[in-house]
Amino acid sequence: MSGTKIQEKKTVTLGSLWRDKKSRAVIMQIIAVIGVLLFFGNIVSNTVENLDRLGVKVGFDFLTEPANYDINQTLIEYDSTDSHFKAGLVGLLNTLLVAGCGIVVATLLGFTAGVLRLSNNFVVSRLMQVYVEITRNIPVLLQILLWHGILIHSLPVPKKAEAVMEGVIFTNRGAYLPQPIPQEGFGWVWIALIVGIVFAVLFKKYANKVQEETGRLIPAIWIGAAAIIGLPALMFIIMGSPVEMSYPALKGFNYQGGFVIKPEFMALWFALSIYTGAFIAEIVRAGIQSVSHGQTEAAHALGIKPNFTMRLVVIPQAMRVIIPPLISQYLNLTKNSSLAIVIGYMDLVATIGGISLNQTGRALESMAIVLGVYLFISLSISALMNIYNRRIALVSR
Amino acid sequence: MKKLLPIAVSLAALTAMNVSASTLEDVQERGVLKCGVSTGLAGFAAPNDSGQWEGLDVDLCRAVAAAVLGDSEKVEYVPLTSKVRFEVLKSGEIDVLSRVTTWTFTRDASLGLNFAGVNYYDGQGFMVPKALGVTSAKELDGASICIQTGTTTELNAAEYFKLNGMTYEPVPVETSAEGRSNYLAGRCDVYTTDASALAAQRSVFENPADHMVLPEIISKEPLGPVVRHGDDQWLDIVKWSHNAMLNAEELGINSKNLDERGANNKDPSAQGLLGTNEAKLGAMLGLDKKWAYNIIKQVGNYSESFERNVGKETALKLDRGLNALWINGGIQYAPPLK
Repeated sequence: MSGTKIQEKKTVTLGSLWRDKKSRAVIMQIIAVIGVLLFFGNIVSNTVENLDRLGVKVGFDFLTEPANYDINQTLIEYDSTDSHFKAGLVGLLNTLLVAGCGIVVATLLGFTAGVLRLSNNFVVSRLMQVYVEITRNIPVLLQILLWHGILIHSLPVPKKAEAVMEGVIFTNRGAYLPQPIPQEGFGWVWIALIVGIVFAVLFKKYANKVQEETGRLIPAIWIGAAAIIGLPALMFIIMGSPVEMSYPALKGFNYQGGFVIKPEFMALWFALSIYTGAFIAEIVRAGIQSVSHGQTEAAHALGIKPNFTMRLVVIPQAMRVIIPPLISQYLNLTKNSSLAIVIGYMDLVATIGGISLNQTGRALESMAIVLGVYLFISLSISALMNIYNRRIALVSR
Repeated sequence: MKKLLPIAVSLAALTAMNVSASTLEDVQERGVLKCGVSTGLAGFAAPNDSGQWEGLDVDLCRAVAAAVLGDSEKVEYVPLTSKVRFEVLKSGEIDVLSRVTTWTFTRDASLGLNFAGVNYYDGQGFMVPKALGVTSAKELDGASICIQTGTTTELNAAEYFKLNGMTYEPVPVETSAEGRSNYLAGRCDVYTTDASALAAQRSVFENPADHMVLPEIISKEPLGPVVRHGDDQWLDIVKWSHNAMLNAEELGINSKNLDERGANNKDPSAQGLLGTNEAKLGAMLGLDKKWAYNIIKQVGNYSESFERNVGKETALKLDRGLNALWINGGIQYAPPLK
């Protein structure tokens, strides 16, 4: 008899499962997950089936075929007879270049503007507010088009351009600069640079040790910087200036020689940096303001100099607040660089996701590659920044 | 999570719909033809001042609508960029793509699409400002060249310059408006695309006379309508809608004289095309007897369409050139109506 009783207790019907709050939640979740999986499965199978019926083969073999088109900004050797894969690689490097340059300038701009916005000087803080409010409230696409328009319409064509100084010419086809071309013996300068860096790092460690033991401050940063710049410079002179300058010269339609920065790159770089810089400025301001004023006062009370207070007390605490949203801004800038296509900057989207896609008609495959690469770049930036974040995060002592 | 469920289910139901096998039945049931056209290319497909679509490509859409639905106005125009055009056609969102699309081997053989003829024989050319003092494409070594991306144009330019041992700076542009802006600002020395499109672009410049098209034509660009694989009847309908216009021109039938020609019992070819005798050409396509009559009545023959949209009297001022009938020294040649 007792067995029946136990059985009664354990009897689980669908109804009882449904009435139980906990199990109902689980059932709902399972149903929803199955629904979502079915939904995506259906899309994929439908697509493949439809393409199959049209006799279209899905595959990535087109990547090895010759691309047959030219690209105007290539960081690696590229020729129109190279493969679509190589063309995509050129595009990827262009994406990374503009994203990297953009992140550096946006960070400098953002930190400067963020700190200046808290300045006691009314004019300076208002100016920074104007910058932030205007740039972050205009779509970045329009800013890119605006910069491109300004660059190509306001600067002169090569034939009418005049050199600002020897070898420096601004035209609407790019800024031409003299390019130093290393000659024999330049390798020694590189070696001197490496020695300088190693010395600076070791010296900083030594200075820290001295400070911990005796409290004596050594200006290690300045001495290190002097070593990094001075040693290669000295070696450069000893080797008898082993570079030859290549100056741009007007030949036919365009300037040849020298180093050129295309207006498409400049427009994208400026627009992304200025736009993202405004967001970073706000993040920095919020970070600094999040550090209680008591910290500053306490530091002052201990007799710490104001600039040390900022560097050693306020900023380290502010960084904990600044880093997580800063990661998002870096990711945004990288992803926004895909707007390059509107001004014809040959990035990843314009090469593999644009011309290659069109020439081969492999839209699904090309887009899958572009999506995958952006995901990879974003996750990499995220991972790096998270490592940095963990290093500066609050550690309980 | 709870809200997600009904949405997921309904979306799943939506995507389960397939592209139907008979495009003809679909179009007749819908009562309107969905035709993919350019986003705005004067002479080929562009809305006029009153918002009506006009152009050589548009006339092909209208011809198909006239043949299938009996009314050339029953067309829904879907403007497409060069990038999405094939995907949109493959997905079944449009019935026919009539968008200055070059017929190439790769496109024909690997995309699951069929080209239904050539409504304009084009070739890639170069436009330069006259002030540049260039008279031949062979003098363009080192020039900056504006090229519309996502087209065969890029490949032709790369090949031409490589073959002739010249260098150039490609300046890719996404739209024709951007191309004009770059070219007029002097960002590039040369603008290259299909010669017809160059004429269309030049026609909207402030001073068209300041620019010239160089004599070299560096590629074959047969432009024509495209349909999906797997519906041969529909392919035939689109192909013969175009051929009907060509045959009409060859037979001397136009939108003004067709009633007279159709009534003439001594003119069996004309009567067959116009469906006024016992010939059952329309039925073989799954259409009614009046299919070609409607095309010629409402759209006109090929010559009328050409002159109205891109001919000497228009801003484009294009010669018939290659697009003249074979009997007049061109290569427009429609198979016989037998």
